[in-house]
Amino acid sequence: MASETILSVKDLRVRFQTLDGTVEAVKGINIKVNAGETVAVVGESGSGKSQTMMAAMNLLSSNGEATGQVDYRGQNLLSMSKSELNKVRGRKISMIFQEPMTSLDPLYTIGNQLMEPIRRHRGLSAPAAREEALKLLRLVHIPDPERRMKSYPHEMSGGQRQRVMIAMALANDPDILIADEPTTALDVTIQAQILMLLAELQRKLGMAIVFITHDLGIVRRFADRVYVMRQGEVVEEGEAEALFANPQHAYTRMLLAAEPTGTKAAPPANSPVLLEGRNVEVVFKIGGGFLGGEPLMLRAVDRISVRLKRNQTIGIVGESGSGKSTLGRALLRLLPSDGVIRFGDRDISNADRQAMRPLRHELQLVFQDPFGSLSPRMTIGQVITEGLLVHEPSLTSKQRDQRAVEALREVGLDPNARNRYPHEFSGGQRQRIAIARAMILKPKVVVLDEPTSALDRSVQKQIVELLRKLQADHELSYLFISHDLAVVRAMADYIIVMKQGKIVEEGPTQEIFDNPREAYTQTLMNAAIDSTRFRVSA
Amino acid sequence: MTEIAATAAPPAVVGRSLWGNAWARLKRNRAAMFSLYYLALIAVVSVFGPWFVPHEYTTIYGDYVRTPPSLSAYPKPDMIQGALSDAIKRMRVDIKEWHQDGSRVVVTVTSTKPIDDRNVRYLDRSDAFHDTRIENKSPDGLEATMSSAIKQQYFLFGTDNTGRDLLSRTLMAGRISLAIGLLAGVVAGVIGVVYGAAAGFAGGRVDEVMMRIVDVLYSLPFIFFVIMLVVFFGRNFVLMFLAVGAVLWLDMARIVRGQALSIRRQEYVQAAEAMGVGQRGILLRHVIPNLLGPVVIYMTLLVPQVIILESFLSFLGLGVQEPMTSWGVLISVGAKNIGYANWLLLFPAFFLVSTLFALNFVGDGLRDALDPKDR
Repeated sequence: MASETILSVKDLRVRFQTLDGTVEAVKGINIKVNAGETVAVVGESGSGKSQTMMAAMNLLSSNGEATGQVDYRGQNLLSMSKSELNKVRGRKISMIFQEPMTSLDPLYTIGNQLMEPIRRHRGLSAPAAREEALKLLRLVHIPDPERRMKSYPHEMSGGQRQRVMIAMALANDPDILIADEPTTALDVTIQAQILMLLAELQRKLGMAIVFITHDLGIVRRFADRVYVMRQGEVVEEGEAEALFANPQHAYTRMLLAAEPTGTKAAPPANSPVLLEGRNVEVVFKIGGGFLGGEPLMLRAVDRISVRLKRNQTIGIVGESGSGKSTLGRALLRLLPSDGVIRFGDRDISNADRQAMRPLRHELQLVFQDPFGSLSPRMTIGQVITEGLLVHEPSLTSKQRDQRAVEALREVGLDPNARNRYPHEFSGGQRQRIAIARAMILKPKVVVLDEPTSALDRSVQKQIVELLRKLQADHELSYLFISHDLAVVRAMADYIIVMKQGKIVEEGPTQEIFDNPREAYTQTLMNAAIDSTRFRVSA
Repeated sequence: MTEIAATAAPPAVVGRSLWGNAWARLKRNRAAMFSLYYLALIAVVSVFGPWFVPHEYTTIYGDYVRTPPSLSAYPKPDMIQGALSDAIKRMRVDIKEWHQDGSRVVVTVTSTKPIDDRNVRYLDRSDAFHDTRIENKSPDGLEATMSSAIKQQYFLFGTDNTGRDLLSRTLMAGRISLAIGLLAGVVAGVIGVVYGAAAGFAGGRVDEVMMRIVDVLYSLPFIFFVIMLVVFFGRNFVLMFLAVGAVLWLDMARIVRGQALSIRRQEYVQAAEAMGVGQRGILLRHVIPNLLGPVVIYMTLLVPQVIILESFLSFLGLGVQEPMTSWGVLISVGAKNIGYANWLLLFPAFFLVSTLFALNFVGDGLRDALDPKDR
């Protein structure tokens, strides 16, 4: 594939005016994209990788400002007027975003949304645009495209929506497709399909792809050249294979080594069972009620049995909608469920709020989203000591403060943090705070609901290590819910694979990874661990 | 704070709360800050102003009916003669001669009958003069010289149809309008927040029933409701609060309920539940503090709504009664006199409109500050 440079970013700087003065998000970077190649821009959150592309497309938020040069075939995009820019933007350079849920307008059908840019940019008649849209939907392998033209976004799954987004981006036969974390919000198996589709489309249509991602696994399998960004600067660039084989910069090496490692040994066979669920069943009633007619019964958890021993970590693996989070909450009696749940030697199957309250401090929960799980109007100190108000009401505020200091030290945070507010912390720090909130009550069982999924790889590794240390120090039992098999392998000694509310397969971690019996487990493993390239190398 | 100092070597770090952030953002919004200062000014002037204005808002100056606003003092030189001859006529005597001597007028009167000393009170009764004395009197008593100080009075905003000072009346009206706006706003706000938060927090059937009650109240025609209240209980200041508050809390309840429903599903509330925090704790520590942002915004928009409603009712004659007054009453009077005494409309209308403007700017500023979506 000949290499004519079609997009070159020269000395691009992006600044934002904020309350704390000017923040420089991108500090003078140079990137070039050749025709038909795949370029990956890799970095962790806050590295400026998305802002670079947003600036190039003139999509910065109102307090942002870009200087430098972004040349597309000799024209500087930054100095173009809006109408000139629109001739390039969406036509020659198009974008797909991370969140297919919000990138599509919920009020228009897929067909409408696909046809609009075609008609706008190419001036086709409605029937011709319709033909074109159908062709695009076939191109991205949407089954039954005629029917799907009339569907609304909410009627489609996340993967299908992302396919539609890709179809829209391809509508005007672009030179460059900028994909901003296009698979991050999707399940691993869907992720693999979307990447496969992108590779296939690139072979067929020959456009260049700029792939913005934090996931080195994807980069390794997908990209020709790689730029590694950190804090607004490009720290390393090069051919993908060379870069992975021989990373030069310490940061790149750190990123590559960030995959959580190690395994967890199973607890001794005679260690007591702490939390046990037998034939646990959770049914959600959807609709129905006063005038709603027959309600729809959704069996989110279908007769599942779990035995969690002291000092054990059970990993619950499955894709979104498999019922793994629901199971975790049901076992903590946060959701009404059928079946038997025992905690220690006590039957808590029918315990109500009141009866559960004294037990709550031994059964803790850590959430996925460290941004949503901390009340934005409370200081960190208030957040982590709230549980003490309930369970140890006799403590004075001084003693509570002391406990907060201890808890923060234990999770590796500066105790001064307790006077600050959640929004002043990064994702990893917030997750530490959420863990401190659980640990301050000295629990026996902690349900970890995707505690690392919203975090960068390098931070993930730190959190995994923190959780391991806490487990070793306090003989904790974890129920570790995740879709990320690499993390589960490092954390859990026993794995349960769930699909549609049922257990597909379960067993000790090593066995499941070495020798998955069920086809579904194998698919999951392949999607997550396999490292074959999607692309016939250029 | 001593505890912090004891445990931490570096100076205690105090984080900037969301409120702090919002305040910083608001401070950068010039329109909102200017409006805030303007509102403070209006409030101070309305509350304390009437004590400093030399006229009572109820005092009637018979000689100064519908005088136009002026920066110089009344009586004007050309008015002195008129006022003087009016007063002298009431004494049933004739003017022989008068002249002005500094701040006093000296008048010599004659009569066919002896002049009674008590006649000076006719001059004092006039709004233009005071401190009248008899300077000298002819031996036969048929001629007398009196002198009287000219009463310097300022009517910066002019006077109304019955000769009352418009400035003091406008400030007094400001007191009433702002008080009604604030009180009814707070009443509506408190009822709305408590009701809405309870409905949203309880959810399910309770929520359903509570919100249907709101729907029923919504369907009551407001004016009809007020007229009914007035018919049953007579015209009453307190009724105004009741009527206005009873109508406006409905919107607040709906907004708060929606917010409460969404906060209820936030992970931090689930986290609190997982820790065993009771309903009360969740409501007080999590739901209400996180509700306050939208509530504060809506309150700043509610207050002008109340002021307008009150003005509207007063305009119709259902609200505040004479001699008490409000901006709505003054505007209604002004509107009737727009042809020949336009200041009666202009001043109160300016106060009302500028206050409403400022309130809306502050509301907008607060919304931008508390809920920044300009990312």
